[in-house]
Amino acid sequence: KCKTLTMAEEVKLYGTWSSPFSRRIELALKLKGVPFEYIEEDLSNKSPELLKYNPAHKKIPVLVHNSKPIAESQVILEYIDEIWNNNPILPQDPYQRAMARFWGKFIDEKVLATRMKANFAEGKERELVTEEFFQQMEFLENELNGKDFFGGETIGFVDIVAIVVAIWFPLTQEVLGVDTFTEEKFPVLFKWIRKITEIDVVNECRPPREKHLAYVKARIEDLKSASK
Amino acid sequence: MADEVILLDFWASMFGIRVRIALAEKGVKYEYKEQDLFNKSPLLLRMNPVHKKIPVLIHNGKSVCESSIIVQYIDEVWKDKAPLLPYDPYQRAQARFWVDFIDKKMYDTSRKTWATKGEEQEAAKKEFIEVLKTLEGELGDKPFFGGDNFGYVDLCLIPYYCWFYSYETFGKFSVEAECPKFIAWVKRCLQRETVAKALPDEKKVFEFVSVLREKIRVE
Repeated sequence: KCKTLTMAEEVKLYGTWSSPFSRRIELALKLKGVPFEYIEEDLSNKSPELLKYNPAHKKIPVLVHNSKPIAESQVILEYIDEIWNNNPILPQDPYQRAMARFWGKFIDEKVLATRMKANFAEGKERELVTEEFFQQMEFLENELNGKDFFGGETIGFVDIVAIVVAIWFPLTQEVLGVDTFTEEKFPVLFKWIRKITEIDVVNECRPPREKHLAYVKARIEDLKSASK
Repeated sequence: MADEVILLDFWASMFGIRVRIALAEKGVKYEYKEQDLFNKSPLLLRMNPVHKKIPVLIHNGKSVCESSIIVQYIDEVWKDKAPLLPYDPYQRAQARFWVDFIDKKMYDTSRKTWATKGEEQEAAKKEFIEVLKTLEGELGDKPFFGGDNFGYVDLCLIPYYCWFYSYETFGKFSVEAECPKFIAWVKRCLQRETVAKALPDEKKVFEFVSVLREKIRVE
């Protein structure tokens, strides 16, 4: 097949700097040493390209590989792992793969929603949802089970997905001034957080702290005034 | 040593039906264990402590949960027969995307067509038809979502069909009238023995949904 000099492999990522879903794709690409062009989207004014590449959801992240779009962050992660198979993200064994997918789904579909509710609910509902959140964190702790990372000795699919817990959860907590997610309650998870946030490439792919803090503060203010 | 395969399931579950079709496509012998969802068994709670839901596949003592994950597992373990996911990585990503779309959009919307009334029900009907139309768009002129062959997306979507009679009856609408291409695809899928055998009778499902509606007091 004929390849042009400059476009042997064209990889573009449409994302936003503050989104954990977008950042996890950056991390996967960087882990595998895949050069890519990053396009920052303004979600209040979505580009024609984004709408063309993800008409079903109109969301970021979208990976475009040689003009072919892929959407949904966990689908993108699996695609990246299949195309560039150095530094594998998913295990080879079918049962281990199923477990990795299970925990990835659990985090994105259950943990995130519960955490949101726990942060903003009031009274009895807050108590109940916070209890649910604690149970979910316990499940994650049990899954770590003496390993450095969910992926074992190196970070894998679940670690990459769970970075939202490692970085976004403590930050939101700091802004809200709550202390539900603590080292005291979850020492195993906090040990994992320390380990994962020591990794250079993970830190290269996280939002800059001050900017992120300001952003989260502003979003929380918006949510609070919207619910009044 | 022979494989021991057990499926914890509920007869009317569109998620459980996915797994039954996948196992049938691969010719896997398994033990089916019907679960009482209103009185969950210790086995179910032990095998799926996180969600306490069916379906659960127990393969040589190890449990796999979440229907789309189970189907992918089945495809990867019994890989020498009837491939379910496409071979090409891009096509595979598209298949996963559409099953994720179906999982995010079909269940809640379809449930509201029978579990709600008034304005909420009308909105749900509209949204449900829109979801089907989006899926019709993705299907295009292909016989199946998988192309020429029945595949992962087809398998994950077709189980909803046995609930359509209930949606249409309680919601007072016709899918065929609004989405004829979708129903044409359904009929192609039903010609497949594994699918026809796995889908329960829609009238039985209707009786079950009627009982559910009583329980949640819709009227």
